[in-house]
Amino acid sequence: MGESYAAVMPANAYNWIAVWRRNFLAWRKGALASILGNLADPLTNLFGLGFGLGLLVGRVEGTSYIAFLAAGMVATSAMTSATFETMYAAFARMDTKRTWEAILSTQLTLGDIVLGELVWAASKAVLAGTAIGIVAATLGYASWPSILYAMPTIALTGLVFASLAMVVISLAPSYDYFAFYQTLVITPMVFLCGVVFPTSQLPGSFQHFASLLPLAHSVDLVRLAMLERGAESTAMHVGALCLYAILPFFASTALLQRRLLR
Amino acid sequence: MSTVAIDLAGVKKSFGDKVIVNELSFSVARGECFGLLGPNGAGKSTIARMLLGMMSPDGGKITVLDEPVPSRARVARARIGVVPQFDNLELEFTVRENLFVFGRYFGMSTGEIEAVAPSLLEFARLESKADVRVSELSGGMKRRLTLARALINDPHLLVMDEPTTGLDPHARHLIWERLRVLLARGKTILLTTHFMEEAERLCDRLCVLESGCKIAEGKPDALINEHIGCNVIEIYGGDPHQLRDLIRPYARHIEVSGETLFCYAPRPEQVRVHLRGRADLRILQRPPNLEDVFLRLTGREMEK
Repeated sequence: MGESYAAVMPANAYNWIAVWRRNFLAWRKGALASILGNLADPLTNLFGLGFGLGLLVGRVEGTSYIAFLAAGMVATSAMTSATFETMYAAFARMDTKRTWEAILSTQLTLGDIVLGELVWAASKAVLAGTAIGIVAATLGYASWPSILYAMPTIALTGLVFASLAMVVISLAPSYDYFAFYQTLVITPMVFLCGVVFPTSQLPGSFQHFASLLPLAHSVDLVRLAMLERGAESTAMHVGALCLYAILPFFASTALLQRRLLR
Repeated sequence: MSTVAIDLAGVKKSFGDKVIVNELSFSVARGECFGLLGPNGAGKSTIARMLLGMMSPDGGKITVLDEPVPSRARVARARIGVVPQFDNLELEFTVRENLFVFGRYFGMSTGEIEAVAPSLLEFARLESKADVRVSELSGGMKRRLTLARALINDPHLLVMDEPTTGLDPHARHLIWERLRVLLARGKTILLTTHFMEEAERLCDRLCVLESGCKIAEGKPDALINEHIGCNVIEIYGGDPHQLRDLIRPYARHIEVSGETLFCYAPRPEQVRVHLRGRADLRILQRPPNLEDVFLRLTGREMEK
């Protein structure tokens, strides 16, 4: 088992790029629709909640509610974009389209493919998260440089949620199971992690639990950048996100090996 | 570099209680076309997957292009071209894009791929289709593109799982002709098939499989001579069991498969004499082929 697990790990530091470029080529063919699709949902939330609730709520943690929400939406859209890209598109490439099967007959390993898919999903997360950031900056809810500072966090958030979704697709027998992950994990996280309201509003025990969730770390980091707050506990947040990105990578590769290469 | 391209020794594979490959051993020399012949479910695809390191054997030893598999399968795969049983081309990409995307999986630069793509398109007779989406190609064209794609890394060895299944006869002949060109260039081919004709036309040697076991191995004509060695008369119509009793004295061996009676007779004219005037029968006399060998070896529908 140990030897065969080693054989499916990424073969080198650059093989994954071929997988990324394959996905990029496919994406380029329908880029416009993809970008619009990525933007529509978070923008609806931002304006719907921001203007509507914002009037009732007033200021939150010393900023306008819509600025508070915008930072949360940047992290959330990175999360959903990476999650959906992995759960639906990568799953199709693994399952129905047989793209992975074709790649596995070349000199790439399963680990190379998984890494390529994760970086690709993170790239789409950067696109989605940054787009919301640009809208926020254009409307004056964040400064332009702050969007640049938030980008590493957006990318890391994309990697984290792609990596977690990779575990889901390595276990899911079919598309039907993805709805569970979405409704039981992803959606509750939006409300637990301080996207639409500060976590201080949660009951005490929930606060502790929420502070362990990956989206909470992302939201805190994006807010640090976009609301130009001090760099308190940055290292802890980054470290937690790195763990959330790396551990599922190894787990999903092992699970996918069992699923695809038994 | 040894002269052996593929070596399997005592390879075993089971899923649960079901034995898929049972103590299989064979070796394929470089430059040879070796066939794995057997019905669906004989374990052919499992063997092909194990050779590529896409499945681990439960026991036994596999060596491909001097590399132990699966531990160093990746290194071996760099010099292997694969034609899978089911097309897994990129349907939304053009023919040319498919070659580029695949070449990059082998670490080839754009320049390197540009250098070989025209000759591959020509080889696959797809020059005029270079910028057409794969989803618009016919089944035969897709298969030829899969073959061209498998050649992008200039492999020593081609592993082909049922390369012509699902193709019409014209498309199938074109693939066979292309494969003979590759053999003439010195490539090694491992081919799985359930078409006896395909095995007979292409393979230097073959291994006949039944339920994961090797039941015969050798050159196609040697197998035919050894197991049949005489003309075959196929008789359709009438009651096969009654006919069998009638012609038994003149036959070396008789098999009934469905409504057809296969009579293996060294002197077929003796059989024909006894069937003269039977207007209800259709009689076909032909040389023996691998189909007869398989029927003979597997014992299916044999004389009870």
